[in-house]
Amino acid sequence: MKLWRTPLDVDKLKIPRGELHIIKERCKGCGFCVQYCPKGVLKLSDEFNSKGYHPPEVVKPDECVNCDLCEMLCPDFAIFCVRVETEEKEVAN
Amino acid sequence: MSVSANQMTEEHPMEKLLRMDRIPHIWCPTCGLGTTVTALATAIDDLKLNYDNIAVVSGIGCTGRVAGYMKLDSFHTTHGRAIPFAVGLHIARPEMKTIVFSGDGDLVSIGGNHFIHTARRNVDMTVICVNNFIYAMTGGQVAPTTPLTARSSTSPYGNYEHPFNLPRLAASSGATYVARWTALHVRRLTQAIAEAISKKGFSFVEVIAPCSTLYARLNKLGSGLDLMKFYHDNAVIKHGADVNEVDIDFQSKIIVGKFVDIEKPTYLECLNEGNERVLGDKYKPWGGCNGDN
Repeated sequence: MKLWRTPLDVDKLKIPRGELHIIKERCKGCGFCVQYCPKGVLKLSDEFNSKGYHPPEVVKPDECVNCDLCEMLCPDFAIFCVRVETEEKEVAN
Repeated sequence: MSVSANQMTEEHPMEKLLRMDRIPHIWCPTCGLGTTVTALATAIDDLKLNYDNIAVVSGIGCTGRVAGYMKLDSFHTTHGRAIPFAVGLHIARPEMKTIVFSGDGDLVSIGGNHFIHTARRNVDMTVICVNNFIYAMTGGQVAPTTPLTARSSTSPYGNYEHPFNLPRLAASSGATYVARWTALHVRRLTQAIAEAISKKGFSFVEVIAPCSTLYARLNKLGSGLDLMKFYHDNAVIKHGADVNEVDIDFQSKIIVGKFVDIEKPTYLECLNEGNERVLGDKYKPWGGCNGDN
């Protein structure tokens, strides 16, 4: 991450991490989560679900910052984000 | 990251507020209604409300199905009569939060008179109006909110009728809280719904939502995702904007924000005050069917 100015409390900051859960059978392939993920974590996959839609897949799992935007935008309640507590302290450089 | 193989058993955080036997819902892919339901559920959670004290009332239409999907006290009324039902509910149980969640075709066309008069009487309730510019469930007929020149199945050469400006209609009828957001502004929409629920008096939130199957298809605007991209590029946030200037033309800039936030005595307050003035101590203030009254 590029910072304009190093924050004074940089050693205390921790980037939140999230784990995405995709309920593939409920997805209708609208692509809202893929389009509006600020970190570009998702992409529509090539596989089909039983309704014939392409559910998204996680391509950059380590980039997710648990912002919950995909969960809020999803019109089909098919994706959600769970916060992961990381052991090691991740510091914004 | 590991994604478990049996994914249908994972519980979505929304599931506590949804009737899961009815999910997956029938709304089209790229419809904005599911997003708006998430915004309402998040607002209810943010306010830490007791689920037993919330009632959701809907009318007919795509948006009318919300009452059936939410695991709250909910009722799916006849066409346009969501507000009168909610008024009765509010007067019987004033301590409950009454939320009317319906569409533009239901609330401001057939239910238009109920809408303006409930706003005039300032009945304490929250009205969330999802505006997709068209009668979506019945096949895309022209609605009172369809912008000029937009095509619908009953205006194949473009609409000739001037549309309603809903924030102006609500504000001029006497609503105490008026806001407009699009389905893309989920966080601001959540905040606006939370404010509207907490606000005493008639609160109105208009949500501009994409309709991919009818509005976007008949007007050759692409999919609902393209409409979301359009909102992203063309929504202008102007808090406190004059409601006379927030009209929506076909594919024009959409002014969003919180337009009106005023204080006014509600219908029940005026009723109790007026009767007390005339009857004095003989009058017992009305506090709902649940109390001693």
